[in-house]
Amino acid sequence: MLIHSLSAILSAFLASLVEVVEAFTIVLAVGVTHGWRPALAGTGVGLAALVALVAVLGPLLGAVPLAALQGVVGLLLLLFGMRWLRKAVLRAAGRIPLHDEAAEFARERRLLTGRPAFAAGAAAFQAVLLEGVEVVFIVVAVGAGRGLVGAASLGAAAAAALVVAAGLVLHKPLSVVPENTLKLIVGVMLSAFGTFWLGESVGLAWPATDFALLPMALGFLLAAIVGVRVAEVRG
Amino acid sequence: MKVVGAVWNEVLGLFVDDGSLAAAILVLVGLVATLRGRGLIGPALGGGVLFGGLVVILLENVRRSSRR
Repeated sequence: MLIHSLSAILSAFLASLVEVVEAFTIVLAVGVTHGWRPALAGTGVGLAALVALVAVLGPLLGAVPLAALQGVVGLLLLLFGMRWLRKAVLRAAGRIPLHDEAAEFARERRLLTGRPAFAAGAAAFQAVLLEGVEVVFIVVAVGAGRGLVGAASLGAAAAAALVVAAGLVLHKPLSVVPENTLKLIVGVMLSAFGTFWLGESVGLAWPATDFALLPMALGFLLAAIVGVRVAEVRG
Repeated sequence: MKVVGAVWNEVLGLFVDDGSLAAAILVLVGLVATLRGRGLIGPALGGGVLFGGLVVILLENVRRSSRR
């Protein structure tokens, strides 16, 4: 259980860090170009929409039998984790460009210049809502299978607090965050989680039960390292 | 409506980026579940097939994607 709790908190923290940094870049661009009122208003409405989403969907989870929940969540985690893993491998090998927060910030500022304040606020709202939906999914997905939504929420909240604190101090996009490395680690962890839960839901057995998560994550990490080499050679 | 569409696309995009990767994962999961459900493979072997299959799918997809 401890392995699951720590893994849920850590994966929710790291994945949320990536998403919150992306939302922060756009909110910051709105704040810099149009002032903080539309930026904070858009952020507030976006957060309220996310709370409403969780309030509606949260109770539904309790009504789903655990085996079915593990199966669905495991499959979604697997699709999500493998997608991040693939992208991180291709980026690490230089096959697709790295995500650049500074460039994204400059692009957002260009797009927002000359637009009315309410449109800028809407941009902040959309960024918070869209990135927030990803955070909500990750928290629910890594937490639901073992009743760890609360623990995963702590990880996500810590990531949001860290990004906001760093943003308040620096007042610039957090481009020093090693996004691709984080995505690779999160991809490894979520792929392991997804495989584990999906396997349990269809009657597969893992040696050493919960501790199987660790060698499984290590296996995905090794596969990713080999994948980077394969992509470099093929390039 | 525009926001609803954007949220839907974002949610779909969470799971499906390269369609062939998602399809291969779904086929593997369906195959393992069917074999296990019919008792054709044991629980431990099924776990190995699922994990090994996912690693192969990832490496094959990366190899193919890096040639594009």
